[in-house]
Amino acid sequence: MTKHKWMLWGMLFAICTPFALIASDETREAPLRFEENKHCFQCHSQKFYTYENEVTGKTDRKAMNPNFVYSPEAFYEGVHRNFACTDCHSPDYETFPHQAELRFEEMYQCLDCHGGDPTYAKYNFEVVEEEFHKSVHSTRHSEDFNCWMCHNPHSYKRMTAGDHSISEIVKYHNQTCMGCHADSYNFQRISDDVKPSLQNIHSFLPNFELHFSSVRCIECHTSKLDTLWVKHNILPKEEAVRNCVECHSTNTLLMGSLYKYQNLASRKERGFLNSVILNEAYVIGANTNKFMNLGSYIIFGLTLLGIIIHTIFRLKK
Amino acid sequence: MSEKLYLYPVWLRLWHAFNALLILSLIASGLIIQNANVDSMLLRFDLSISIHNVSGVLLSVNYLFFILGNVITGNIRFYILEWKGLMGRLIQQSNYYMKGMFNGEQTPFPVNKDRKFNPLQKVSYIVAMYVFVPLVIITGLALIFPETILPRVVGFSGIQLTAMLHATAGFLISIFLMVHVYICTTGKPISKNFKSIVTGWHE
Repeated sequence: MTKHKWMLWGMLFAICTPFALIASDETREAPLRFEENKHCFQCHSQKFYTYENEVTGKTDRKAMNPNFVYSPEAFYEGVHRNFACTDCHSPDYETFPHQAELRFEEMYQCLDCHGGDPTYAKYNFEVVEEEFHKSVHSTRHSEDFNCWMCHNPHSYKRMTAGDHSISEIVKYHNQTCMGCHADSYNFQRISDDVKPSLQNIHSFLPNFELHFSSVRCIECHTSKLDTLWVKHNILPKEEAVRNCVECHSTNTLLMGSLYKYQNLASRKERGFLNSVILNEAYVIGANTNKFMNLGSYIIFGLTLLGIIIHTIFRLKK
Repeated sequence: MSEKLYLYPVWLRLWHAFNALLILSLIASGLIIQNANVDSMLLRFDLSISIHNVSGVLLSVNYLFFILGNVITGNIRFYILEWKGLMGRLIQQSNYYMKGMFNGEQTPFPVNKDRKFNPLQKVSYIVAMYVFVPLVIITGLALIFPETILPRVVGFSGIQLTAMLHATAGFLISIFLMVHVYICTTGKPISKNFKSIVTGWHE
């Protein structure tokens, strides 16, 4: 092969490699139980389903209970994507019509699978549970308030594990809260109260929309001792952060949680918040730029020095 | 006794006084906001923000007043640069500040009815009033209405860049203020220039 051809092959390789890498990243491994689950999703991903009525001999078309409609796309993007439906639900669901008593089936809780498992130790599920039991979600509601109220096992994504930007994480995590707190129907599933307007109860926040799109609800509504992985102790509203400077300061509480997931080493090395959130968010008072500060001190010092020297010469004149 | 010149009409003195107060308020509140710390705050954060915002909006209105006043009264002529020989005049004035004034020399560009500012003053006032102040006003208003800021600019957060630009412009204005006040003390006596901006008369 001539040198010229080698160069062309090299160019082709250089051009194609990034596309190949992108493609391989996008095409995750196929879900392990995809084929098995097709049977369930055939009805449970539809608003309407049809079945052969053995009594009448006709094909019936019925509306699916909206609470039992799941998106296969969301499921296969979620953390439980390699599960079969019957890993968590009774195998008896495989027959149709489903037996009436199956609706009384006891659902698994997070800890039933994740508790005491060293594989999941870093997520501190046991501490999460402890914190949850201290929270208003647990203390002010019945035992019916469980993990699934907020974390839908059929679609839950671990946002902090991937390449998601902070704004994407904020949006996803806030949707978890908004699911009930901005939705009257869901809110009244566990409360007889009329759902208050989020905008009204947060009227003390300037730029309400900006705050809601930039900061997770749990930053202000959970115990300050909680870390990124454990933020489950939802405090009574009276104890939520209302003091602006708790976020808008050099020692911002935001550093204790959300931004922690970013490169801590980099932050430590550079010693200023910008290293973490330069491209993600701006928090007045929190992310003063170290280099700009240094530059300003130097310019200020030199100006002052110049004035002092000039004054001395004027005095000596 | 030197000639008495009425250089600072009432509108200009009023603008200058308000501008000085507002700039001081903005610098003080800006520093508090910029260096906010949960353990030690000179002033409540939300109060500092309110003071900064109100002062900023008033400064913007005052700036419009300054521009209109300059155009209507013709005061803008003092801000028009004559580019030819500018560098030479700047060096001449710098030499006076660095050496000449210590040797009892006369200022090379004395004030008269057609020349309110020496070349160094003129350039620094133009940069401060027609570059830094508009920049700090535009970025400040954008930060009051953050929905007007592009979310991303060349890969960076638009708000972050706007805020950095705002802080930089604000800092440079405060450096200008330091030098401006110091240069005003070079009058003979020291209080001469301060008196002028109060009475309007330059002696």
